[in-house]
Amino acid sequence: MKFTVDMKKCQDHGQCVYSAPTLFALDDLGKLTFREETDGLYESEEVDESLRDDLEEAADVCPMQAIEVLD
Amino acid sequence: MEETTSTSAAGNGIVVVGASMGGMRAAEAARKAGYQGPITVIGDEPHMPYNRPPLSKEALAGRPDPAALIFRVPRAAQDVNWRLGTTVTAADLTARTVTLDTGEVLPWEGLVVATGLRPRRLPLPGPAAGRYVIRTLADAQELHEQLEPGRRLVVIGAGFIGCELAATARKLGVSVDVVAPEPVPMQRPLGDLLGQALQQRHEAAGVRFHLGVLPVAFGGSAEDPDAVGSVSLSDGTVLPADLVVEAVGCATNVEWLEGNGLDLSDGVRCDNHLRVEGRPEVVACGDVAKFPNLLFDDIPRRVEHWTMVTDTAKRAGSTLGRHLAGNGEAEDVFAPVPSFWSDQYDIRIQSFGAVGLGTEDIRVLEGSPDTDVVVGYHRDGELVGVVMVGFGGKHAQYRTLISTVGQGAVPVRPTAPEPV
Repeated sequence: MKFTVDMKKCQDHGQCVYSAPTLFALDDLGKLTFREETDGLYESEEVDESLRDDLEEAADVCPMQAIEVLD
Repeated sequence: MEETTSTSAAGNGIVVVGASMGGMRAAEAARKAGYQGPITVIGDEPHMPYNRPPLSKEALAGRPDPAALIFRVPRAAQDVNWRLGTTVTAADLTARTVTLDTGEVLPWEGLVVATGLRPRRLPLPGPAAGRYVIRTLADAQELHEQLEPGRRLVVIGAGFIGCELAATARKLGVSVDVVAPEPVPMQRPLGDLLGQALQQRHEAAGVRFHLGVLPVAFGGSAEDPDAVGSVSLSDGTVLPADLVVEAVGCATNVEWLEGNGLDLSDGVRCDNHLRVEGRPEVVACGDVAKFPNLLFDDIPRRVEHWTMVTDTAKRAGSTLGRHLAGNGEAEDVFAPVPSFWSDQYDIRIQSFGAVGLGTEDIRVLEGSPDTDVVVGYHRDGELVGVVMVGFGGKHAQYRTLISTVGQGAVPVRPTAPEPV
């Protein structure tokens, strides 16, 4: 399982961080840290199955629906 | 099939009334809770569930595109039967049926109430053409066509929707007047301090406010007497208008539940498991559900926040799925952290907690209302909500502070009479 974040859609609401704090983080300015890597499509490393609920929750609560879970 | 408590209706499936985000998430949650029977989601709009918040913001600024707003259907809800463009006209909670606008009667063993809200309309005299609301994708598509540079828009209502719309319209070069009975925009959700600060930012962008007055009539335009050309206010002002948007709050879609002895005066009353008035086979979620959030107290309230729709839908779907699958009820208490945001111009307003419970005692916690600010809302001296303008790096810190209001599980206050 992996996930992607469309950084063009992301507006740094931070809801993903509250749902899946081990997968998402905001920096000191409140920006999603993946922004440092890309302004396009961020693709994660392989995510452990034990984090599926957290990840799906993060994708659900993203106000911009920028997160996609890839099986 | 194994015997459950509802053997007579078993096999009839779950019917979810309302095919928006809440209905979809409730269906998903029922599946995840172990429910194996058929699930049917019925909605009166022609679209699959879509994201509404952008409809007054970025989606309205461009041409609202269904493809960009429709949600991915979750894996657990892939086998749900969707009945779109279909209205449920009645329900019989004793016979366990719903009646559709086609005349068809569908039996169920579990029912999810997810019918949400519809915009209120002003019962004022005058032409009907040229008057708009914004709730659905169709509303936003219609309104977008009207927002051309130089046109004169009168927004009635100075809540979040009215103010977001005013900001979006100004960005498009539309002339904007906002009319509202309260003395300060967004006064009810935010209080005077932030409302006044945001009013100044709107005025700097060219929005004209007419506060403390009511619209009393619409006038016809010179070219077409059947279309709106002006709005008359209670102080005698007549505002010229090419179009009007009524953003004066919403009514709950509960009429289809009448005749079942429910209290429908303000949505549907639920317990902490989102069961409707104690019925194990009927749950509610989203804007229509009035439930106690034990983070603050045990008084049932409706919450019109986007994030709360998913919270309540998961709770409601899980409650129903567990019950019908014979898995009992969840042992945890439901105490979600309320959260909302609003985008106006380049300003992000972010809130956590129950701001509405603390508008009698508002304090600046950091910054200044003229620029970036964190405002705290207190009840009996206790912080119950925060609203932040800017301070993006501190959102998590303040959310954590709010999440410990009631130590996450224990009601912090005894039952009190509902405030009037």
